Parts: sequence; C-alpha cells; structure tokens
Amino acid sequence: MTDHSLTSELGGLSYDPAPESASIARLQPSYGLFLDGEFTAPESHEQFASLNPATEETLATVALASSADVDTAVACARRAYTKVWSKTTGAERAKYLFRIARLIQERSRELAVVETLDNGKPIRESRDVDIPLAAAHFFYYAGWADKLEHAGFGASPRPIGVAGQIIPWNFPLLMAAWKLAPALAAGNTCVLKPAETTPLSALILAEIFQQAGLPDGVVNIVTGDGTTGAALVDHPGVDKIAFTGSTEVGRLIQERVAATPKRLTLELGGKGANIVFEDAPIDEVIEGIIDGIFFNQGHVCCAGSRLLVQESVADEVLRRLLRRVDQLRVGDPMDKNTDVGAINSAAQLERIRELTTWGEEEGATRYTSACELPDRGYWFAPTVFADVAQSHRIARDEIFGPVLSVLTFRTPEEAVAKANNSKYGLACGVWSEKGSRTLWVAQRLRAGVIWANTYNKFDPTSPFGGVRESGFGREGGRHGLEAYLDV
Amino acid sequence: MSERLDVKKTYKLVVNGAFPRSESGRSYQVVAADGKFLANVAQASRKDLREAVVAARAAQIKWWNATAYNRGQVLYRWAEMAESRREELVEHVQLAEGLKKKDAQLSVARAIDRIVWYSGWTDKVTQVLGGANPVAGPFFNFSLPVPSGVIGVVAPQQSSLEGFVEAVAAPICVGNAVVALASELRPTPAIVLAEMTATSDFPGGVLNVLTGFTGELVAPLATHEDIDGVDLTGSGELSDELARLAAGSIKRVYRARANDDENSLRQLRTFVETSTVWHTIGQ
Amino acid sequence: MSIAPLRPVDARDRGILVPAVVSIPTIHNEDELRRYLSALSGVDAVGVESRVAKLSTRSLKKSTKLTAIDLAISMVDLTTLEGADTQGRVTSLCTKAMRPDPSDLAVPAVAAVCVYPDLVAHARRVLGDSPVAVASVATAFPSGRASLSVKLLDVAEAVQAGADEIDMVIDRGAFLAGRWGQVFDEIVAVKAACGSAHLKVILETGELVTYDNVKRASWIAMLGGADFIKTSTGKVGVNATLPFALVMLEAARDFAEQTGQLVGVKVAGGIRTTKDALKYLVVVNETAGATWLTAEFFRFGASSLLNDLLMQRLKQRTGAYVRPDEFSGD
Repeated sequence: MTDHSLTSELGGLSYDPAPESASIARLQPSYGLFLDGEFTAPESHEQFASLNPATEETLATVALASSADVDTAVACARRAYTKVWSKTTGAERAKYLFRIARLIQERSRELAVVETLDNGKPIRESRDVDIPLAAAHFFYYAGWADKLEHAGFGASPRPIGVAGQIIPWNFPLLMAAWKLAPALAAGNTCVLKPAETTPLSALILAEIFQQAGLPDGVVNIVTGDGTTGAALVDHPGVDKIAFTGSTEVGRLIQERVAATPKRLTLELGGKGANIVFEDAPIDEVIEGIIDGIFFNQGHVCCAGSRLLVQESVADEVLRRLLRRVDQLRVGDPMDKNTDVGAINSAAQLERIRELTTWGEEEGATRYTSACELPDRGYWFAPTVFADVAQSHRIARDEIFGPVLSVLTFRTPEEAVAKANNSKYGLACGVWSEKGSRTLWVAQRLRAGVIWANTYNKFDPTSPFGGVRESGFGREGGRHGLEAYLDV
Repeated sequence: MSERLDVKKTYKLVVNGAFPRSESGRSYQVVAADGKFLANVAQASRKDLREAVVAARAAQIKWWNATAYNRGQVLYRWAEMAESRREELVEHVQLAEGLKKKDAQLSVARAIDRIVWYSGWTDKVTQVLGGANPVAGPFFNFSLPVPSGVIGVVAPQQSSLEGFVEAVAAPICVGNAVVALASELRPTPAIVLAEMTATSDFPGGVLNVLTGFTGELVAPLATHEDIDGVDLTGSGELSDELARLAAGSIKRVYRARANDDENSLRQLRTFVETSTVWHTIGQ
Repeated sequence: MSIAPLRPVDARDRGILVPAVVSIPTIHNEDELRRYLSALSGVDAVGVESRVAKLSTRSLKKSTKLTAIDLAISMVDLTTLEGADTQGRVTSLCTKAMRPDPSDLAVPAVAAVCVYPDLVAHARRVLGDSPVAVASVATAFPSGRASLSVKLLDVAEAVQAGADEIDMVIDRGAFLAGRWGQVFDEIVAVKAACGSAHLKVILETGELVTYDNVKRASWIAMLGGADFIKTSTGKVGVNATLPFALVMLEAARDFAEQTGQLVGVKVAGGIRTTKDALKYLVVVNETAGATWLTAEFFRFGASSLLNDLLMQRLKQRTGAYVRPDEFSGD
C-alpha cells in the first residue's frame, strides 16, 4: 500500500464555532468560605485567583482558608453533627439529598458552564457526564439514608462523625458529589476542601445547599491550597478523612493519620491497561481507546493510559487509532463540538511535557496529533507513543494527560502479567468477543474496576476504587456507604 | 528401671509448606508462663521474612484459583486436625499462657470453632460482600470481593492460639496468603497449629509462620512492598509507627478494636478488594 | 492488511487511504465467502450506539449548517413507492426534484427520483436531460419473494425503460438461513442485469436486526458488485437508523481501503427532519470522511425530508421560522 489514488480527509465538513455562553455562569468576582450555612466575607480572607485554563484569565478570586478557618469549619461541622444532623431521621436526610439532586438538575446548565470555565474540560463532557452524574449520585444516596440497616453492615450502623473530604481538580463537582452524598446519607457532617485550581462549582453547590435548606454546618466548604488540606487532615476534631488525588499525597495523608483514630479512604492514581484481543470489535475498540485516554484530557485516575494490544492486530489497531486521534477536535472547551479541552494548569502541563520528553528519550516512537492549538491557555495535543517497553517511564508513571503508551502482547497470560506489572491497580479494559476469555482475564486483573468492551463508564450504583497503590475504599453503590459508617 | 526420657520437640518456622530453621541459624529461649525453660525457638531473620513473602505470593494465586468450596474444605480439614490433636494444643496453651487446664481447654475449643466458622465463610463471602449493580445503561455490572493478596500479620502477644487463629483465619478464608509473626513470648501453640496445615491440604505457602523478635521483624513486614495489607493487632505500642510505615506502599491496615463484635466482618472486609466488572449488553 | 511499523505520520497519510490498485477479492464459492465474512471483526452494539449518541451532539451552526442543508438536498432520492402512484404524482415529484425551490435557484436539484419500474419511463420523460437520475426499485421490491428469473426480468425492464439506478432487495430469508452464497450470487446476477445502471443493494437492516448481520450483508453486497449499500425499503417497522448507517459506512470505508473501490451508502425510510439528516451527515463526515460527502456516495431515500430541508434553509437565511405551506406538498 504505497500508492494512494485518493485520500479522503476525515472531517471534510468543517464545523463553525458553536460556543456555549459564558454569561450563564453568573460568577461573582470573589468568594468567601462556606461556613455554618453562610458565606463569609471574601475580604476577611487572603484571596487567590481561579483561572480559566483555556485563556489564563481570572474567573474569580476565592478565599485561602487558614488553619484557623479550618478550625472554625470543623467546629461548625461538629456542632451540626451533635445538635442537628445526628438527630435528623434517615427519612429526613433522604429528602434533603433528593432536594439537592433536583436543584443540581435545575441549575445543570450553569454548573456545566462553571465547570468548563474553571477546569478546561469540554462543555460536552461537563454537560453530558459530570453534572448529570453528580445529580444522579445525590439521588442514589438519598434513597439509602433511611435504609442503612439493609446495607449489610449490621442492624443499626452508626455514622462516623465529622468527615474531612479533599477532592481533586479533574471532576470538581462530581467528586464533591461522590464524597458528600454518601457521607450525608450515612449521617455524617462534612468539611469539604475543593482543589486549588477548581473551587468554583463547589461554591455554586454551597448555594444549592442554601436553597435546599440544608441545616447550617452540615456541609462546610473551605477553599484553599495544600496547606488548607493539611490542616484538615491533621485536625483532631475530624473523625474521617476521604481523599481523592495523587498517590504521593495519599501516602502522606495515610502517614499523617496512621497514629490517630481517624478512618481513612483513599482514591489515588492509576496506570490503567486497556487490553485488546485480536477478536475484538475493532471499530468499537478504537472508540474505547479514545474514550479511555482522551476523555477529560486524560486527567482521569482510571484512564486507559497503557494500551496492550495483541501483536496479531497491533498494526491494524494502531493505524486506525492514529487516524482517529487526528480527528479529535482540540480547542475551546466552551465549543459544543470540542472533544479535547485545555490542560487544567500550567503545573500539570509542565508535568505532561516532562514525562513525554522522557518517552522520546527512552526511545519510544512519538506520534502527536497535528491539531492546531490556541495561543493562550494550557494545551497539549493528543499524543500516542508506540514501541513502548514495560520498563519505560511512560509505561509506569501516571502522566494524567492526553498521552497513550502502546505495548503489545502475545497470549492472554502475557496480557494479564503486563497489565498487573504496575504498582497501581485502579482500572483496566478488556476487549474481546469471547466471553469466557474476558471473564478469565477479569478474574486475574488486579484492579478495582474492569470494563469489558467499554471504558470510563461511571454510575452511582457501581463501586469505584483501587487496589494496591491506587488506594482503598470504594465510592458508589452499597459499598460506598462503608466509608462513612462506623463498621 | 529408669524413667523414659522425653523426646523434646524442636520448634521451627513454617514457610512454604516446609519447616525450616531460620536461615540465620539463630534461636531464642522461650519459657513457660511459670518461667521454666520450654524450648529453643527459631529466631527468624529479615531474610526469612523475605522468603516467606515470596512463598506467600506464589501460593496466593493457587489458593485463590481453588474453588471457594475447596478452600472451605481445606479450612475445615484444618479444624479436624486441630480437634484430633486437641490435647496437645491444650497443653501448649496451658504452658504458654499459664491457664488452668479447664480454661485452656475452653480457649482451644473456641479457637477450633472459629476455624470452623471461617471455613463456612469461604463460599458465602462473595454473595454477602458482592452483588450486581443496576447501572443506568446497557451494561451487566457486578462487584466481587477478591483477596488483597499477601497479608502480614502480627499476631496478638497474649492470646497465643485464639488470637493467632483470629488473625490468620479471616484473611486466609477470603483467599489471601498470610505471613504471620507468632507471639514472641508464646509462640509454640501457633507453630503447632500451623504445622497441621501440612496435613490439611493447604497449598504450601498459604500460611507462613515466623517466630522471633517482634521488634526486629515488624518494620520489614510493614515496609515490604509486596505485602498488600497488615494486621497490626499484636504490635502493641509499635502499632502507630508501623501503620505509618505501612503507608509507604498504601497498605490496608487492620487493628482489632476493644469493642469488636466477633460477628463483625470488618477484618474480612479489610483484606478484600471490591472488583467491579462492567460488560456491554447487546445483540 | 498490514502497514509499516508505527512511525510519526505525515499529514499526507491522514484520513482514509485508498490504494490505487483495485483488487476486489474474487469469491469462487460459498466456502470462500464464508471464510471471508468470518474474518470480519464483530460489532459491539453498545459501542456503536454510544458512538452515534455522541456524534448526535455535534452542533452545526451558521455557514456549516447552510452548507450541510444544501448538501443534504443534493443527496435526496425523492421517493414515491405507493400502490396509488400515478403518472400525475410522478410528474409533480420530478418537477420538484429538478427545482426544489422555484423561488431560489441556488437550491440544488436532488440526486434522483425513486419510483416503481412501471413509472420509470414516465419519470425519464419528465426529467429529460436534467441531472436528476431515475432510480427504480426492482427485484420484487420490497419483499424480494420471487424467483431469480422474475427479479432479473424486473431489473431488465426498469433499465430498459431508462432507469439510471436500480435499488434491489437482498433475499433476507436466505441470509438469515445462512445461505450467504445464494445472496451473493443474486447480487452478482442483478449487477450483470443492470448493465451500466448503478446498483444499490437494499439490506433491509430492520429484518437483519443485528449489527453483525448488517456488517456481513454489507460485505456480501460490496463483494458482489454493489455501487451502493442501502439500509431499508421503508416498508418495514425499523428503517434507517444512525447506528445501522454507522456500521455500513465503516464497512464501506474498510472496503475502499482494502480494494480501492468506493461504494456509496444510502439511508432510507423514516428520515423526515433536517435535524436527523444533519446527524447522518456528521456520522458520514466523522467515519467515512469527505469522499462520501457527495451525492455520488451518500443518499437519503426520503419524501417529506426535502420540504423540511427547504424550510430550515430559508429559516437559516432569513432568521424567521417558515410556515409549511411555503413549499409545495410534493
């Protein structure tokens, strides 16, 4: 196949810009903390800017919570726990959560816009994935609040108390929902610390709590940086820490709570293997690989960042994959037709660049989409590394960006061995039309989530979480309640 | 006519289904509760620990690949072996813990009954801790509890047999392999019970028991990267520091609590991982 | 098919690669056909449906929308396939086909009118030397339940009467019974009977039901010499759907890559709105690519769709919503 009579360019129909309106966000210029049901005055705190990573413009400034602020937040949560929430019946807690779910749905468009502005993810994803799933999560756990005795943790499981919850920047509102919904359903009160670069949707959520009439202090939100998070982790008034983020920070947190009675759940990094067998449905495989690594710019802890493809179909899969990578529409996250948005921060962009440079130096073959990138903002073109060896850093380290490493295997046993050859164990994909082999592989993969003939699917009823250095504890489903019950 | 001279037993380690001395050649004296010399027990080294972890890792795959029914039978067989050598265990517990015979008999009976209890769990735990998840989409989705892998156990120091059983039977019954440090001062009941795994159809390496100085072995146990979880119940005042060390490789950490209910599944849950599988549903 | 090991890809290599050398595999017997079809990878229904769901969220605005509407108009096979069809009805259809909007000459003509064989001659007369083609269903449309000789006669008469394009139906019964060779042989025979007329092969996806079947039937048709593969007759419960179209477009793309032969895709039945038509164009655009974005390789078999396209076109240009009576009924 050397001579081509005709090349059919994909995307012959060019799409005019179809931008969502930023004014829907209705952001305030500056925000205080959400303590005891009220926002504090912004000027009473040191402020820091939350940027739009697609333009590097400041969207709003938010309060940097000090350790004294964290003290206040924990005290509010404790008071609300003792005086109000522990005396609120499960049925009443349920109704608050149902209200919150509805209010998220009502303000979904606004939340989607805020999320996209603050995070850089495509509006299509915040609109179709993040916000609907956040609402669904509250709906799901609402129903558990008055049925905890049926959850399999004993006849009358008790809440733990005050939960300190630290969430990442990749799915800001969704991660807040994953943390808050089960905690509140189980009867705990919360101090939530949003990520430094993406605090805004949590502050809209605080307004929703006000609209829902949630009792004061049941949820308190402290925006800030790593020092705020550390103050929360170390606070003696906190009974439970739930953290989602990097394995490095998770390790520090586990160390810091080791000598305390605090309960801990960790949802950390990953290096997911997406395993493609020769009999797999090839067109859906390509979409699955794309969804696996380029969804949310690859800022996904369970991203399928290692493609393990059977040698007999490796060339064909790669050829089709590269064609598809070129088709990805990279650019303005607010454009409804954008597939890949902005990298969340300058720091993350730097890390991605560093690791991809390593990939080249280690001898992997780099393929980068020819898409045009905007001049301003943080951008990284979708990238595929072929000829990657197990020992390469890009096959071992979590890149947390739109970068895929491609490796090959010969037998199912080798596929499993390579997939498991990682300190992480969060998620894997298996692609095959042969059910018995898929189950054989699934049984042997050391991962908390295994997607067969699909990837990056989430649901409130489905437990999510890792094994080994990807953390412990589950979020979602009946299993997700365990993290917030004294059992 | 002179009295017959007893044949004294040498207490060795239990590693990979065999009974080696410590590779270091070291041993230490163990005395009975009344202070009289009881035995010279193998004093395991860090290298013995390392070997035990290698054995446990290999054995765990075999153990987990066995059917749950089979694992239940093997554990039950272990209880049968213990029952048939009950008097021997009673004697060891009596000497080690300084109990009256009646109390030692009760303790051994409880220990054996707990093995029976756990033997019944092997093929229930999947249904009790797992389930199908009604996701909003065309997917069959189910969650299964799968073993964490290799569990390091610091067995309780006081309760030489019951405490040991409680610490090792739970992780083993859900498919883990265990490397256990027996009570430092009261190791013999655990060693005797562990020896019985050799006649209970356990794959070698599922239960490895080391005797030695707790203070010397717990840190390598807590930091060993190929150990997935640790039970620090028997580590006393070292427990907090060990929990900190265990964080280095994000280990699952279990410590028995004073108010634990014996029917609680917290220990089982600590050492299983919920693995959730999604599969598309379509024509 | 294999390619050189992965390397940084040059811009020239992007998109669909169509080899210059035409090499349609020759199928000698049913065993060969079966082996060939069995080597095709399966289709995961959930993946196909989620892919089109995602593509359906594409938002076409402004000039893109206008371009797409004109493109869609040019791809319409304006169709009437009723027992009550008369020469009068066909006359008005042909008139509309040549000049869909008499008030705006910039509106392109449609691709073809599609009628039963007995009205082909009349349609031919009305269309004269206009660029609008005459398409005729044949082969005992829509059920295909007739002997091969009857089907071939049906085709021959339509071609004789001046049909430029023949829309045949495959024998779904034979396909579902596993007699793939029979399906293939019929297509080959009909292709021969078509002479210079283009052959569209109707798979009747609603009766094949599964995507795996649709993929296999697409390949049988293309190997048998189809110029177009077409979803449906419009006469059964389930007609064209986006997922079926996606599977067929992927098959056409893969066939072109392997053989150098471009086969068109026609979606028919149930496509009534501009919104639907644009979704199909997005699927074409992002799976098969620009080559298929012409009436030569993509068609809509429809009747009421045309008026909606005209209404939306006018709305795009004037900004005001249009009343249905603005355009003629047929």
